[in-house]
Amino acid sequence: MASQDFVRQLDEPYGFSKEPHWSEKFHVDIVLLGFLLILCGAGLFILYSASGQNTSMVIRQALYMVVGVVGMIVIAQIPPRMLMRLSPWIYAGGVALLLGVLFVGIQSKGAQRWIQLPGFRFQPSEIIKLIMPIVAATYLSKRPLPPSLKDIIVVLAIIGIPVVLIAKQPDLGTSLLIGASGLFVLLLAGLRKRIIFSAVALAVPAVWGMWHFIMREYQKQRVLTFLNPESDPWGSGWNIIQSKIAIGSGGLYGKGYLMGTQSQLNFLPESHTDFIIAVLAEEFGLMGCLVLLGLYALIIGRGLMITFQASSLFGRLLAGSITLTFFVYLFVNIGMVSGILPVVGVPLPLVSRGGTSLVTLMAGFGMLMSIHTHKTFLDIRR
Amino acid sequence: MQVIFTVNKYMPVNTLKDHKSEQRIVSIRVWLALVFILLLAMVLVSRLFYLQVIKYDELSTRSEENRILVQTVPPVRGLIYDRNGNLLATNRSSKTLSIVRERVDDMDQLLSDIGNLVPLSDNEQTRFKKQVRRRRPFEAVPLKFKLNDEQVALISVNQFRLPGVEVNAELVREYTEGSSFAHSVGYVGRINDRELKKLDPALYSGTYTIGKIGLERFYEKLLLGKPGYQEVEVNVRGRVSRVLKRVDPVPGQDLHLYIDTGLQDAAIKAMDGRRGSVAVLDPKTGGVMAMVSNPAFDPNLFVTGIAYSTFDDLNTDIERPLYNRATLGEYPPASTVKPVVALGLLSSGTVKAEDKIFDKGWFQLPGSEHKFRNWKRGGDGWINLDKAIYRSNDTYFYNFAGKYGIDRMHDFLSEFGYGRKTGIDIYEERSGLLPSTEWKRGAYGQPWYPGETIIAIIGQGYMLATPMQMAEAVTLVANRGKHVQPRLVREDLPDVQRPQWGEDIELKEVDWDAVIKSMENVVSHKRGTAHWRIGRNLPYRMAGKTGTAQVVSIAQGEDYDAEKLKEFQRDHSLFVAFAPIEDPQIALSVIVENDKGAANVAREIMDYYLIPKLKENAEKEGK
Repeated sequence: MASQDFVRQLDEPYGFSKEPHWSEKFHVDIVLLGFLLILCGAGLFILYSASGQNTSMVIRQALYMVVGVVGMIVIAQIPPRMLMRLSPWIYAGGVALLLGVLFVGIQSKGAQRWIQLPGFRFQPSEIIKLIMPIVAATYLSKRPLPPSLKDIIVVLAIIGIPVVLIAKQPDLGTSLLIGASGLFVLLLAGLRKRIIFSAVALAVPAVWGMWHFIMREYQKQRVLTFLNPESDPWGSGWNIIQSKIAIGSGGLYGKGYLMGTQSQLNFLPESHTDFIIAVLAEEFGLMGCLVLLGLYALIIGRGLMITFQASSLFGRLLAGSITLTFFVYLFVNIGMVSGILPVVGVPLPLVSRGGTSLVTLMAGFGMLMSIHTHKTFLDIRR
Repeated sequence: MQVIFTVNKYMPVNTLKDHKSEQRIVSIRVWLALVFILLLAMVLVSRLFYLQVIKYDELSTRSEENRILVQTVPPVRGLIYDRNGNLLATNRSSKTLSIVRERVDDMDQLLSDIGNLVPLSDNEQTRFKKQVRRRRPFEAVPLKFKLNDEQVALISVNQFRLPGVEVNAELVREYTEGSSFAHSVGYVGRINDRELKKLDPALYSGTYTIGKIGLERFYEKLLLGKPGYQEVEVNVRGRVSRVLKRVDPVPGQDLHLYIDTGLQDAAIKAMDGRRGSVAVLDPKTGGVMAMVSNPAFDPNLFVTGIAYSTFDDLNTDIERPLYNRATLGEYPPASTVKPVVALGLLSSGTVKAEDKIFDKGWFQLPGSEHKFRNWKRGGDGWINLDKAIYRSNDTYFYNFAGKYGIDRMHDFLSEFGYGRKTGIDIYEERSGLLPSTEWKRGAYGQPWYPGETIIAIIGQGYMLATPMQMAEAVTLVANRGKHVQPRLVREDLPDVQRPQWGEDIELKEVDWDAVIKSMENVVSHKRGTAHWRIGRNLPYRMAGKTGTAQVVSIAQGEDYDAEKLKEFQRDHSLFVAFAPIEDPQIALSVIVENDKGAANVAREIMDYYLIPKLKENAEKEGK
């Protein structure tokens, strides 16, 4: 098989397939870990500038990274089979938490996304980000592929319940991304082309329906602003205009570290969270962006490699979905900051400030490592 | 979920054959996904390329525009000094709270937040809201002036929740002498709508006041200066982080006046709070050494915007403090015109100095029963020109009125400045009224009656003059016709057009001698009209002329109490004079409304000015 030949060829230089590396005993993929650590380091470097040289913010972020890496290694110890077995229960638990948010959640900034526990509070939607691909992959890996219409409907229902619950919080961005991570499993599982095309055809009335019945005013405003940011330069168009100016004024080589006027003089809003890539683009120019995108490419490439090499169908679907979702975060974030997508509040993965999404992403990479390092009973590669 | 479980239990899973084909399906899909990823990554990279390479010039320019703000640096207004270098108008640093509209989300909320920290009057708020509408983009509009230290501290402590609010040090005009020069120096005030339409916005960028009256208005262009600008780097809140480039403003020109603060104070003191006016000129130059209009007001009230109630009080005050009597007040000059009329009679050959007439106390036109009476009922008996002046005899002048004629009198008096603006360098000036047959035809459509000449020749009837005109006329007499015009500012300034009117008046020296001698007698002759009041123990030679103006009308339709009304119907007393006769150094006119004693005021002023000089000269000679 052509694909398998390719996989072997790629495999050789890293030397994983022949004899197990020492790190595989601890279920750690040393290559992926290395890439992630480099990206995290770059993230702290950018955050220092983006936060206006706020050392304590950088230290806190570094601590989250330590927590994330530890969490990743812990998750990597869980064999994929166990995830499959547990998936109905964690799915049920996740949905229960989402229902809990709707009834006893905490309001913050006009949305109800949090659950308060003694000592800390968390967003159940972050957990669903992890659960969604597991459940979809579990279900589909047990069904004949390509999936039948009935299976498709079942999977869509599995995806739909949390998506609707999260959209009601309201958190449209997250719900769409979670929906996407579930749909990726379905697409990877060989969803027939004519179904894909008819879904696209159905999307048009669906978008119309969403615009009129589901989307909140602020969400509509974001889309309208995205379509024409100059219409309200002092209001909601400000973010996009300023981030485009920040990126563009960086030019090829940038204005120099800590020298970005847009970010250092606070013209760029949310510079340490969602719009952090604009800080990099302003201070290091196109070259800096390409280096960062290169780092992401290495991580995504490694993720796809793990997908190809996964010994089980479940592992392959799950790894593929996690990698694709990671790319989607990256694409949506840079797309919105550079003005080709509406502002939906998606952070730049692993670089934007914020502990929750960092830990969740790292947990996802932990699953990738688990898939890569646990040999299944039925190894289809042989 | 139930579905999943039940189905799962009975489904056969992972048969080897199924497995391989399924793995292949997934592999193909992963390859497809990789293609999509590469395509989308290319979209991102080309988007970044588009922004950072193709649009680089435009966006980096916009980034500079963001960062760099061009601020105008208002010029410092020119200072005003008196002749001895005393400051009359200066600029004092004051803290002003201003707001940049663009940086404010909710203006009403912000105003109420500020109002909780420092008191804001309705007046300040309405003025601010009016100005916000017509400001240039990103211009800070002042809301409150003269913040004290405590208020400045309150605002800066709360700065973080007051976006767009700035506290700036601003130079505010201050009039050091208070009300003394309210009418001559005048004042600056907030630029109003009408002024805003006329002025050059580039020159007034960053300047919020404009000269309203007096010198401040007349020399506005020179005093203003030219604004500079600076390019500053600002953050999104408008805070300046550093100055990149600066072009300094050109400060306004300083003015040095002929005004003598000491003399002004002496004149104010001599007026002793009575309504009226004093105009003191330097005969050599025409320089205005003192100009008093009583009552006055504190011009500092107007600088940063006067409260409506305060202004209303000033504006409706029956004593009219806002009104500059010295140049706007039109009074019958009465007997003070007699010396000039006498010069006219002499120069036109109507009379000779030694001609005598007999005054029995009145004069009658031929064929008329009406008696034009002398001010002194009994008459003065035989009188010549000299006595006619020092006794201020009316009958003498009545006698020659017909022969002289109103039009000859008009032409002659106008050479002395009657009936025309003196051209002093303030805009608040009236021309008075010097009647003629032509004027009457134009104004009333009626012919001139002979009886009207008889009244006119003693400075009553239609004739009106401002105190400044009377001072100008007596100055020209002191100068024996050498023409000067009253002016406040000493420098000859370019760009300033002072109306020039008149030339030297050429008369026979004997005529000058005769009239000046008779004016000296007004003071020094024991029967002179001012002798009893001021002529005794006079250490220098003064020439003067008294006058008594009958009050013809008062403001109508207003509710003044009877006492006040009575007071306002009393005669005004007038006095014009110059001294010393042999080398005139001071000439003046005094008018005290509804009271006597103008001559005493003149004597006090002259003593103040001349006695130290006499002593000085005596000391020099003594050495």
